[in-house]
Amino acid sequence: MNDPATSLHTLAPKPIREIDTYSDSRDILAHSKREAQLKGYSDWLICDVDAHHVETVSWNEVVKYIEDPVLRDQADTYHKERTGAPPYGLNGDLGMRYQDVGGRIPHQSDRREKVETKTTHRDVVLTRRAMDGLSVDHMVLFPTPMLHLGLHPQPEMEVALAQAYNMWLTDRILSEDDGIVTLVYLPFNTPEEACRTVERFANKKGVIGFCVTSARHKPLHSNEYMKLYRMIEETGKPIAFHAGYHWQDPSLQTLPNFLSVHALGFVWCSMVMLTNWILSGIPEKFPKLKSIWVESGVAWIPALMQRLDDQYLMRQSEAPLLKRMPSDYMRENCWYTCQPMEKSNMKALELSFEMIKADTQLLYASDWPHFDFDTPGVIHDLPFLDETAKRNILGLNAARLFGLPTEKRQNKFILD
Amino acid sequence: MSAVCVGSADELKEAGRKVFDLEGTEIGVFHHEGAFYAWHNNCPHQGGPVCQGRLFRLVEEEVEANRETRGRRYHESRVNIVCPWHGIEYDVKTGQFPGNPAMALTPAKVYVENGEVFLDV
Ligand code: FES
Repeated sequence: MNDPATSLHTLAPKPIREIDTYSDSRDILAHSKREAQLKGYSDWLICDVDAHHVETVSWNEVVKYIEDPVLRDQADTYHKERTGAPPYGLNGDLGMRYQDVGGRIPHQSDRREKVETKTTHRDVVLTRRAMDGLSVDHMVLFPTPMLHLGLHPQPEMEVALAQAYNMWLTDRILSEDDGIVTLVYLPFNTPEEACRTVERFANKKGVIGFCVTSARHKPLHSNEYMKLYRMIEETGKPIAFHAGYHWQDPSLQTLPNFLSVHALGFVWCSMVMLTNWILSGIPEKFPKLKSIWVESGVAWIPALMQRLDDQYLMRQSEAPLLKRMPSDYMRENCWYTCQPMEKSNMKALELSFEMIKADTQLLYASDWPHFDFDTPGVIHDLPFLDETAKRNILGLNAARLFGLPTEKRQNKFILD
Repeated sequence: MSAVCVGSADELKEAGRKVFDLEGTEIGVFHHEGAFYAWHNNCPHQGGPVCQGRLFRLVEEEVEANRETRGRRYHESRVNIVCPWHGIEYDVKTGQFPGNPAMALTPAKVYVENGEVFLDV
C-alpha cells in the first residue's frame, strides 16, 4: 500500500464488458437508467418525441403491405431472390452511412443484440429496452432510411412505400404497446395521397400526429397543400417536420465530410421549411394547426427569429398575411424538439430557451439510437431551469400537445 | 479509501483494458506502452460508459510546409478511448479530449505491487 490511509479491501471486482454491436441496449443505457434513479427523475413523466427504429431490417415484412399488386409481387420476389440486396424501392445514400464515425459508436453501426421474437416483434422489444434505459413512458417512433424518401425520383414509389410502411407500423408495432406511438408518414410529394393518409390513419391506435420528412424539394406553402393542412387541423393532431441532411443539395456540396453535412444539413433544412411556413402565413391561415420542428437542436431557432424579424420589418409587403412578427408565430404556433441540444455555451442556451418559450414549446427527444442521442439528463441537469420547466420539457408539454396521459405510466410493459 | 486488487499485472497487460464495477464505482484500467492508467467509467459529456468503448489510434492530418494538406493518418502510438455513446475521444494516458484538454476523464489511482494491480477506491 503506498498510502498509509488506504486499507486493503476484499471486495470482488465485477468485470464489465466492452460495448460492441452485440451489446444489449439495456447494458448500453445502464448509466442513463442509473442516473435517473439516483437523481429521482425516473418517476417523472418522460415523453421522447423523436426516436428511431431501422425499418429496413423488417423491409421484407413491410413490402407485403404494398397495395399495388404488381409492385408488391416484384418487391416480394426481389427480397426472396436477392440475398444482401438493399431494401426494395428505397432511395437513399447506400454506403455513405458514416454516422458511426468509422465504428466508434457501435450502437449506431448495428444492433445485433439477442432478441427473442416468438411472441413480440423485434422492433417492439428493442424500443421497450430503449424506453427502459431512458426512463421513457411514451416513445414516438420514426423510421430511419425512409427519411430520404421525399427525394425519391418516382413520387408514386414514395406513396406505395409510405402507405405500406404506415400499414405495417400500425398493424405490427403500434398495436403491441400503448407507449409506442407515431407521427404517421405523409407522402408529401403527392398531396392527394397525403390527404388519403390522414383519412386512413388519423384514428388508428398509436397515431398521434403526422410527419413530413423535410429533405425534399416541394415548397410546403404551395396551394396544393391547403386541403391537407385543413384536414390535419381538423383532426386536432400536430404536423411534424422531421429534418434531414441531403448531401446532394447544391448548397451543401462543398462540404467535405459528414461532420459538416450533419452539422448544417439538418438546420438548413429546418430553416428553409420554417421560413416558408411562417412568411407564407400558414399560421394565419390555420391558426389551430400545431407544427413541430424535429431534430435540429435549439440554437438555430433564435437566429432565425431575429433574422426573419429584421427582414420582415423592411419588406412587409412580401409577407402581407402576417399580423404579428415572425418570431411571435415561431414562439406561439410552433413546438420544437431539443435534440441534439447545443450545450457549449450555457448563457446562449438559457437565452434560447427564453426566446422560444421553452417552458411550453420545447419537447424532449432522444433520437435514440443515433450517434448524437440525448438522455433525459440533458434537460434535467440544466442549471437555469426550475423543476416545473424541466417536467414540462421532459414530458408534460408533449403529453398536452398530443393528448397523452399526463400521469406516469404504471405497469408499462414487461421487459423480455 | 480502500485498495482493491483487480488482477495480476500480466493478465491486465495481456488484456490491454479491463473495466470493473467496484460496488457501484466503475473504473477502467488500461495498459499502454508499459504503464497502467485508470479512469472512472463516466464520460464528462453525458455520463456514458466511456471505458467500455473501443480504442482507436489518434487521427491526425498531415500538412506540408507549404500548408497543403496530405490527408489523414493514424498516429503511431497515441491511443484514444472512444466513448461508445457519442464517440468523444480521450487520450488513454492523459484522459484529455484532443480538441480541448479541459474536457477530461476523472483519474483513479492505479499501481502495481508484487505483480498485482491495485486501485484505490
Ligand atoms: S457520454 Fe460520452 S460521448 Fe457522450
